[in-house]
Amino acid sequence: MSGGDSSGVVALYGNGASIAETSKKSSTFSVKVGLAQMLRGGVIMDVVNVEQAVIAEEAGACAVMALERVPADIRSQGGVARMSDPGLIKEIKRAVTIPVMAKARIGHFVEAQILESIGVDYIDESEVLTVVDEDHHINKHKFRIPFVCGCRNLGEALRRIREGAAMIRTKGEAGTGNVVEAVRHVRSVMGDIRALSNMDDDEVFSFAKRIAAPYDLVMQTKQLGRLPVVQFAAGGVATPADAALMMQLGCDGVFVGSGIFKSGDPARRARAIVQAVTHFNDPAVLADVSSGLGEAMVGINLNDSKVERFANRSE
Amino acid sequence: MEAGGAAHQRSVGVLSLQGSFNEHIAALRRLGVMGVEVRKAEHLEKIGSLIIPGGESTTMAKLAHYHNLFPALREFVKSGRPVWGTCAGLIFLADRAIGQKNGGQEFIGGLDCTVHRNFFGSQLQSFEIDLLVSKLAAKEGGPASFRGVFIRAPAIMEVGPDVEVLADYTVHVNDSTNAKIVTSLRGLEDKKSSSTQKVVVAARQGNLLVTAFHPELTKDTRWHSFFLKMSVENNEEHGLSISKEVASSEVKGPIFLPIFE
Repeated sequence: MSGGDSSGVVALYGNGASIAETSKKSSTFSVKVGLAQMLRGGVIMDVVNVEQAVIAEEAGACAVMALERVPADIRSQGGVARMSDPGLIKEIKRAVTIPVMAKARIGHFVEAQILESIGVDYIDESEVLTVVDEDHHINKHKFRIPFVCGCRNLGEALRRIREGAAMIRTKGEAGTGNVVEAVRHVRSVMGDIRALSNMDDDEVFSFAKRIAAPYDLVMQTKQLGRLPVVQFAAGGVATPADAALMMQLGCDGVFVGSGIFKSGDPARRARAIVQAVTHFNDPAVLADVSSGLGEAMVGINLNDSKVERFANRSE
Repeated sequence: MEAGGAAHQRSVGVLSLQGSFNEHIAALRRLGVMGVEVRKAEHLEKIGSLIIPGGESTTMAKLAHYHNLFPALREFVKSGRPVWGTCAGLIFLADRAIGQKNGGQEFIGGLDCTVHRNFFGSQLQSFEIDLLVSKLAAKEGGPASFRGVFIRAPAIMEVGPDVEVLADYTVHVNDSTNAKIVTSLRGLEDKKSSSTQKVVVAARQGNLLVTAFHPELTKDTRWHSFFLKMSVENNEEHGLSISKEVASSEVKGPIFLPIFE
């Protein structure tokens, strides 16, 4: 990345003993993206207490998101949703060996500082919590800790990456159990990338302007044929089939929020979704793991105009 | 294509349950070799060597367990075919592990060593560094150092007599949480005598290769080519060759992430 965090070339020094000390670098963009790469093909689950975190780890989650309320409850209870109690996050961190993520409000860089100081592994700057800065996201380059951010389209994804996000997820519509918005968002990103790949270089300038994204990142995306960071699906995933659908649409992994612990048999559903993400191309395995899961979470129909759209809270 | 059945049976597999398997396949592709995704026990029959990628070792172990892969994987290691574990893969191949989640985990084993899971701490303590890799450089050429990317990485605390150490890393006992681990492990409460501690981060025992860091996240493909040579040597004993990629321009493979430097 050209973001000022390049780690330089591999230098060759005379003898071994001092090599290590002079070249050691933490929190480079490659290390931040590296953790996200280790999460690929995995499921990240929302948990609100130690018991749920242990169930998630047992089921094979590749990370957990420590929260006070899952999105479905934030939706039904209303009020201002904030960063979770750091004490709770620390408790969850002690209980599991997999990475622990936590959410900070959009633009609330002090919440992010607090989360960094307690040593969570990843921060989600999330539209599911109440927005505190309607114009500015957190300047994520300033942090040693990596961030994941939501997007609805390519322009939004690249703006977040330029702000320092080392991982991207679709916004979807969290807490609804309805995957329609996540599909819309991943289709939009992938469709734009496919259109971009076929574009003449001369057309990229005005395309970058149209989607309001930095030209250099647009060009890099064109050359790669994909986002330059790991891309997960999120927002409304409730069944193994939903998860496999997001994988087949081209995502690198899946976040599941309310879908697991708002369902009838969380441990079993969690395990099924983990297997569905690994075997996303194998309908026989999907049929097998989808059987007898009990009740899925109650979904919300998004045609109802009274349902608040979390995804539209930020640009 | 012309190589036919025998060569195909000896291609390089990458365990693709979770983690950085795409990155390993990309690195192999840069060397002109097609990696084969391995998700089920029957996939193991078709390959001559196996890479176990980085990822969450707990997750990978769970997935392997759900599909009853462990017996087949242990059989694969016992058969003497080369296996390379990076990061989580190293934990899979180690005979002994400390720092497990409650209840412990089932692994493959085979490499006579004690590995400490998450030795280097959480994401904030993740880092990249130039490691001295004289033995790798002697065989593969290039600079004497290798950029090691350590992501929530494990480390090898002790190795058995048959294990060849390929790279180590010196930990300063007073600079981090590692202090407690190292001193308690060594039974040293005296701080002066143990201000630094060497841990092993790359090793080989017979046909098993392990690295605590992630060569698949860097441009330098020397570890991959080192492992391919292990595979070739093993195949030659059986009169087989590594299958090269089929007409790479025609195969529409997955798209890979950039390597940030």
